[in-house]
Amino acid sequence: MRYLPKSPADREAMLKAIGLRSVDDLFAPIPAEYRLTRDLNIPRQMAESEIVDFFRQRSRENGDGYTSFLGAGAYFHYRPVIIDSLISRGEFLTAYTPYQAEISQGTLQSIFEFQTMICELTGMEVANASMYDGSTAAAEGVMMAVRLTGRRSVVVARSLHPEYREVLATYATHQGMPLSVAGFGDDGRVNLKELEQSITPETACVLVQSPNFFGSIEDVAAIAEIAHKHGAMLVVSIAEAVSLGIVEPAREADIIAMEAQSFGVPLGFGGPYCGVIATREKYVRQMPGRLVGQTVDKQGRRGFVLTLATREQHIRREKATSNICTNQALVALMVNIFMTVYGKVGLKELAKQNLAKTAYAAAQFAKHGKVLFTGTPRFNEFVVQTSEDPYAINSRLLGHKMVGGLPLKRFYPELGNAALWCCTELTARSAIDTAVGLVAESERSVRSSKEEDVEEVAR
Amino acid sequence: MKPVIRKASLQVNQNEGLIFEKSSAGKAAWKLPPLDVPEVDTAKLLGSSERKDLGNMPEVSEIEIIRHFTRLSTWNYAIDLGMYPLGSCTMKYNPRVNEAVARVEGIANGHPYQPEKISQGALHIIKTLSEQLIEITGMDAITLQPAAGAHGEMTGLLMVRAYHQSKGNARKKILIPDSAHGTNPATAAMVNYAVENLKSDSRGMVDIAALAAQMNEDVAALMLTNPNTLGVFEQDIHKIADILHAKGGLLYMDGANMNALVGKVRPGDFGVDVMHLNLHKTFSTPHGGGGPGSGPVAIKKALEPFLPKPVVITKPDGTLAFDYNRPQSVGRVRAFYGNFGMFVRALAYIQANGPDGLRQTTEDAVLNANYIRRGLEGTYDLPYSTPTMHEVVFSDKLQLKKGVRTMDIAKRLIDYGFHPYTTAFPLIVPGALMIEPTESESVEEMDLFIEAMKSIAEEVEENPQTVLDAPHSTRVSRLDETAAARKPVLRWKPA
Repeated sequence: MRYLPKSPADREAMLKAIGLRSVDDLFAPIPAEYRLTRDLNIPRQMAESEIVDFFRQRSRENGDGYTSFLGAGAYFHYRPVIIDSLISRGEFLTAYTPYQAEISQGTLQSIFEFQTMICELTGMEVANASMYDGSTAAAEGVMMAVRLTGRRSVVVARSLHPEYREVLATYATHQGMPLSVAGFGDDGRVNLKELEQSITPETACVLVQSPNFFGSIEDVAAIAEIAHKHGAMLVVSIAEAVSLGIVEPAREADIIAMEAQSFGVPLGFGGPYCGVIATREKYVRQMPGRLVGQTVDKQGRRGFVLTLATREQHIRREKATSNICTNQALVALMVNIFMTVYGKVGLKELAKQNLAKTAYAAAQFAKHGKVLFTGTPRFNEFVVQTSEDPYAINSRLLGHKMVGGLPLKRFYPELGNAALWCCTELTARSAIDTAVGLVAESERSVRSSKEEDVEEVAR
Repeated sequence: MKPVIRKASLQVNQNEGLIFEKSSAGKAAWKLPPLDVPEVDTAKLLGSSERKDLGNMPEVSEIEIIRHFTRLSTWNYAIDLGMYPLGSCTMKYNPRVNEAVARVEGIANGHPYQPEKISQGALHIIKTLSEQLIEITGMDAITLQPAAGAHGEMTGLLMVRAYHQSKGNARKKILIPDSAHGTNPATAAMVNYAVENLKSDSRGMVDIAALAAQMNEDVAALMLTNPNTLGVFEQDIHKIADILHAKGGLLYMDGANMNALVGKVRPGDFGVDVMHLNLHKTFSTPHGGGGPGSGPVAIKKALEPFLPKPVVITKPDGTLAFDYNRPQSVGRVRAFYGNFGMFVRALAYIQANGPDGLRQTTEDAVLNANYIRRGLEGTYDLPYSTPTMHEVVFSDKLQLKKGVRTMDIAKRLIDYGFHPYTTAFPLIVPGALMIEPTESESVEEMDLFIEAMKSIAEEVEENPQTVLDAPHSTRVSRLDETAAARKPVLRWKPA
């Protein structure tokens, strides 16, 4: 086996040194009746070239070469080449969690920079080293608010990513955390009246997403005021991190639980991504996950260590703030490099391009179909309502090697024939025009068949 | 005496500040293409939501970024540099073909919501890996959704709870041996189960009499690591399973130490009902400085209805699809389908090994650990003489007489060119030195390690201060962790 650095003679010599006759002696502690006496029923060893072929084949079956208008929590942005050059360095790729600080300063300093940039972008005072993803970060953010307030119930916006809501429901079920849902209004944003009515003296926090699942930017200040007035905290989820380049962050929030996938992380069919929690300094001791802090060594030189570990499972066991151990470190490094590449000016320009593409696309769609929730500012997503079922429209788009917007029936049946479309800086105008053309065609044919129906009736 | 340091020597090391300290206005590492749509008036589009300023975000050029992170990288130890003997962490070689195939266009850029018709490649990967992990573990079904080991534990216990609930009583507590990983009790708490500790016997195994006494209808499951954190295979595993099953309880296995078992024995065959795997341990996906991981949960038939949704199914026409219609499911534990990129890497690893390679890997991992055990026996105290598998746990009892503790020995090991072993864990061994070499180490590398550990033991006798002050050759000496925690500085701020 090509990964194993031993010859048969090495193995013989080692057994002899240990004082054993055969390798089977090493497995003697396993009761004989359970020992496997056959080969595992999996394919034979494959050559590297065969493995590469196998995955190239899978790649061809997996949307390779399609232009996509999908977003909904997973965004297709350009990834600067140096991200993979740098994260492929074995010293980052094949290092463990930086518990031994003296030989982990590279990882530790990069996490410290990551925490700093997340704070700058979110307007928060502290950020952790990462969570699994945006959905689990939101659930953990809510649990943090429950610990901080000593209250147990939670009000969740229906405009929060539906799968984030599902994950929260799973986490909340057995912790005695009742959830209630606040709907959205005609502008696609949280219905503030309904929100306020849902809050009780037992409400630990309100959880909203901004930009929300429909792309609309929530009125965070107003939501914060309502939550705080009733002694509840505000947890804001961010699924599209690039929005932070041009959209004012939720500074009024108490906890921000974000997904940083947009910052240089491949779509990768849904993961691995990079969740992060950011909050106020005064709440840091209830924060889950790893944290890097600055300190000095014996000679007074600056250095970095994992800190405040008394919150964590390996110290506190069942009293820990969370059971999280392994996080998303290497993905956080991608995010870190992306933020460094674009920086103060580039991130803003990048976000502006997203905004421009989306404004153009939404305007074009509005000429032929109905774009919902138009009165409020949005970032790079918008909802298009059509006469025809969006699945039918999308199957025609597939013929043009295009993936249309996400049909919303599964998540929001009340919106009828609606789909969530997304544009980023990588969406070409020509692709937008083609997609708009196909939607326009669908609208025309539905209209003319309706007219035919009318004529039938008239006759 | 002069210490024998053969593996490492000193080299010039580049200094590097924080990226913010290199920033100045007007430098840039980015360039966007010209817009092919009309420019927009952001103030008009966003109104009061428009962001004006990005604060202290850096402005630097590309070469500075390359040097910055390359310099940082040289301050890290890594498997690529040498042995990483962290017990229970399974720091094995991370094959590069895994990285290459994870970056093939359609795999790296597949959108989780793209139509199933053009997702057959990804679904095929999920299904194939699932089937192979089921065969390897001897279980009946699996979910790949959990993002890491601890997340898998949570998912497993959610299924345990759902199973008991379906029988009319969710039960109250989880039994956890005192040698267990900290994630086990932390997870039980997240699923609202009380934790009851279970003592180990003099062999370092589950005390069968204690288990029998503590087992009752309030116990939902026992969370057992096997081999346990001492590296000892629980020989009475069938008795353990019988005691649990007789009272309707379930046996949960923490698969952290699966590297001792693959191809040699299957947990499903020795009575395990639920278990999680760590693809970033046993199946070679990179640790990446702390993640990402992936924590699939394999289960017996009786728990199948409770799997997180969606699950992958084969439709009558032979194509693959996600099934969301799972009324008894515990729900979702993560958005989308899990850390898919890690599935790709783990599958590539299994393909490269085949059945014979996986078995040889396990044999080598156990052989290596026993070689080290033999090499250091006598030099370091071995608190349990029970035969061990893929890892071995010594204690600092002999060195403590000179005031030297496991952490000091670990820090001195750094000067010898090695990453430390796991210190002070498991908790049942005071001053533990927990060593897991994995199969990736050659005889030469292990001989150097044994030599280094022996040399340090001699130093402890002759010049303990050298060990107490270690490391001596790193760019920073021991860092003040107390100060870091007392007055946390968790971000850079401009002066």
